[in-house]
Amino acid sequence: MTTKLKEVDVVIVGLGWTGGILAKELTEAGLKVVALERGAPRSSENDYSLPNIRDELRYVVRHDLMQNTARDTITVRNNPQQEALPMRRLGSFLPGEVVGGSGVHWSGHTWRWTDMEFKVRSNYEERYGKKFIPDDMTIQDWGITYAELEPYYDKFEYTAAVSGKAGNIGGQLQAGGNPFEAPRVRDYPLPPLTPILASEMFTDAARNAGYHPFPRPSANASQPYTNPDGSKFGGCQYCGYCQRFGCEANAKGSPHMTVIPIAMRNPNFELRTHSWVTRVLKDSDGKRVTGVTYTNVLNGEEFEQPATIVMLCAYAINNVHLMLLSGIGAPYDPVAQKGVVGKNYCYQTGAGATLFFEGKYFNPFMNAGGSNATIDDFNTNWAFDRAPLNFVGGYNVSGGFNTPLPIGYRPVPSGTPQWGSEWKRATAKWYQTAMVINASGSVMANRYNCYDLDPTYRNAFGQPLMRMTFDYHDNEHKMGRHAAQVINDIAKSMNPTRLNPAAARTDPWTVVPYQSTHNTGGTIMGTNPRDSALNKYLQSWDCHNLFVVGANVFPHNSSYNPTGPVGALAYWTADAIKNRYVKNPGPLVQA
Amino acid sequence: MKEQKLDRRDFLKGAVVGGAAAAGGTAAIATPEIAQAEAPAPAAPTAPEAAGYAFLNLDEAAFVETLVDHMVPADEVSPKGTDLGVNIYIDRALAGAWGKGERLYMQGPWKQGAPSQGYQLPLTPAQLYRAGIEATNAHCRRTYGKSFDRIEVAQRQEVLIGLSTGKITFEKGLPVRVFWTTLYQTVIEGIYSDPIYGGNRNKAGWAIIGFPGIIAVHRDHVEKYRGKPFPNKPVGIADMS
Repeated sequence: MTTKLKEVDVVIVGLGWTGGILAKELTEAGLKVVALERGAPRSSENDYSLPNIRDELRYVVRHDLMQNTARDTITVRNNPQQEALPMRRLGSFLPGEVVGGSGVHWSGHTWRWTDMEFKVRSNYEERYGKKFIPDDMTIQDWGITYAELEPYYDKFEYTAAVSGKAGNIGGQLQAGGNPFEAPRVRDYPLPPLTPILASEMFTDAARNAGYHPFPRPSANASQPYTNPDGSKFGGCQYCGYCQRFGCEANAKGSPHMTVIPIAMRNPNFELRTHSWVTRVLKDSDGKRVTGVTYTNVLNGEEFEQPATIVMLCAYAINNVHLMLLSGIGAPYDPVAQKGVVGKNYCYQTGAGATLFFEGKYFNPFMNAGGSNATIDDFNTNWAFDRAPLNFVGGYNVSGGFNTPLPIGYRPVPSGTPQWGSEWKRATAKWYQTAMVINASGSVMANRYNCYDLDPTYRNAFGQPLMRMTFDYHDNEHKMGRHAAQVINDIAKSMNPTRLNPAAARTDPWTVVPYQSTHNTGGTIMGTNPRDSALNKYLQSWDCHNLFVVGANVFPHNSSYNPTGPVGALAYWTADAIKNRYVKNPGPLVQA
Repeated sequence: MKEQKLDRRDFLKGAVVGGAAAAGGTAAIATPEIAQAEAPAPAAPTAPEAAGYAFLNLDEAAFVETLVDHMVPADEVSPKGTDLGVNIYIDRALAGAWGKGERLYMQGPWKQGAPSQGYQLPLTPAQLYRAGIEATNAHCRRTYGKSFDRIEVAQRQEVLIGLSTGKITFEKGLPVRVFWTTLYQTVIEGIYSDPIYGGNRNKAGWAIIGFPGIIAVHRDHVEKYRGKPFPNKPVGIADMS
């Protein structure tokens, strides 16, 4: 039996960065908001405190803050000919499952995606001609511009305490910043983090090679900070336990210590944890949604929560899953290339080298989530000519470390035995004296990379799992080869004692090991309902009182981490609802 | 190195099958192969044995102890695996929630799938471990006439290379690589996880690589120790609790 509750103005599904931003903004606008979060309440003081938070086994290996795949997972396959099988435990990506969502355990890398992405098809067609884009590459313009989003990027950066160095303020290039970034109105709220030796060495080598290195912008407060909402940050302690951990210093910009507590103090807001949303309900004519059903996972009781506005703010994969389970929008069919929900699932690619320098102490355990230095010369640099390389998109390259904790990171030169005294000696010799250079590459949409509902496997609620079909295509392989070459050239110029060179990946995408929690697409934004699920305000083309917020709205994936535009788009959507939608409910863009 | 021992397992097994014989002394309960032992070494009074096992049976304990001492031998870099408590870590991990399949999606149908689809066995980690040890010991008996813990060091090395490269195949279809991946990962975890989990005893695992553990604050260290070694005095969760 389902208990029907009293209607509220807004129900938010999932309380991470996007849900938290919308909860704060919409309650401040006077709307009554209920947030339903499947995970547990956790706080910095009680859960992310010393010493227990510094536990690699619990948080990195055993996924303490992540989605529990025993209860709900996805099935995976590389192509439509393969039979999809369940991802029985997490590996390649790690959706969060607590109050704060993945915003608790992210590293903080915060980028501004630009018109290079938002106008991707127009840009490439204009410069290289229509034939440059392969037939099966289903990239399309996003329907939004960088200029529209700039104030919202700014708002997110100042909320999340992003440390960095501007490269372009109002068209004026700034020494030490990223010269390829789009113009910003002002600098980051905080100066860059203190560089570590590995990032300094990479910076020197990249500069000597003629590239333009800059400190990676990250929501790791380089010094104590109070954001415009009054949320207080401590300074980053460079503890090395950043990605996959909550921050005990409150130095990592996270929703559970910024927007969510502000919403919690507002009497217009109510948070219900342990609440698992199973379906979005449509009204009889299918033009509006009426609320959601959810299960209290502490006792199995089912509820209907009616709402005037429904906002899906769960992890990107789970938002798409809810749309498919609820039958909202036409499911995407990769053969007929019709339908929109499930379309343009994208991921990221990469390549990496490990450099060994005998006797040089990098102290990898001292670093912030965003200590790396980066170059964008092969990414947002439109002067980088793709014609001779024949690929669409780009990659950024960075030098430093990425969660260099000892269970997961003990680099040794290739050819070292895997056990025994020789292995131990090599591990002892090289753990502190190695560094890495990595490339993170974009993945362009492909007609066969998509989501639908699995015909066989079910979750703990008896609902079909979502099926992910994904593999890399020629475009990514070409880019990977170029990236590996660039990495290895930089690495060799640094004269390491030993080098494990970067190699382009050639194997299919696999669900293990960890690669990146940057899953995008599935309910993409766009200019018309024929090829997108949402308009530029992340409003459903089918049901105008349904908004879907998160990286699931990206029509393709860039090489950058997604949280910058995810946060900015949440603020952008909040403004559209506050300033336009509540005054005149209906489609914000005419189809 | 020829290493044969009258170990705790033989004693305990004998005690079970012949309580009366046990009173007559260990010789009476020795299996034939143990009867050949030249000089049974007394069990070393090390902490792992005092700690006891929550999951591993006698054969499994002998396998794991032998495995971790082979993979992590005592040398100038660190004490041996059992002295680090790696066997205790593994036992506790298998006995606990992870070993019992917490967070593992365990609904069928069960298919092997492609390697890119990841773990697809209808086994919890503890069940996989148990089946894998049994299969490895069966391979050792078939090939060398003895279980893994009783073969020569060079033979053990051969077995581990066979497991890690997939050159050994198990009977009954258990995938070798899946077992090896789990085995290897748990050994690594036993060396490098926080000592609260039973391994990395005295933080001697972290000391191998100079990992300082859970230092509260590195803010001032980034510049002070740039390019210089950091004092190697690891701190664990218990030290700060």
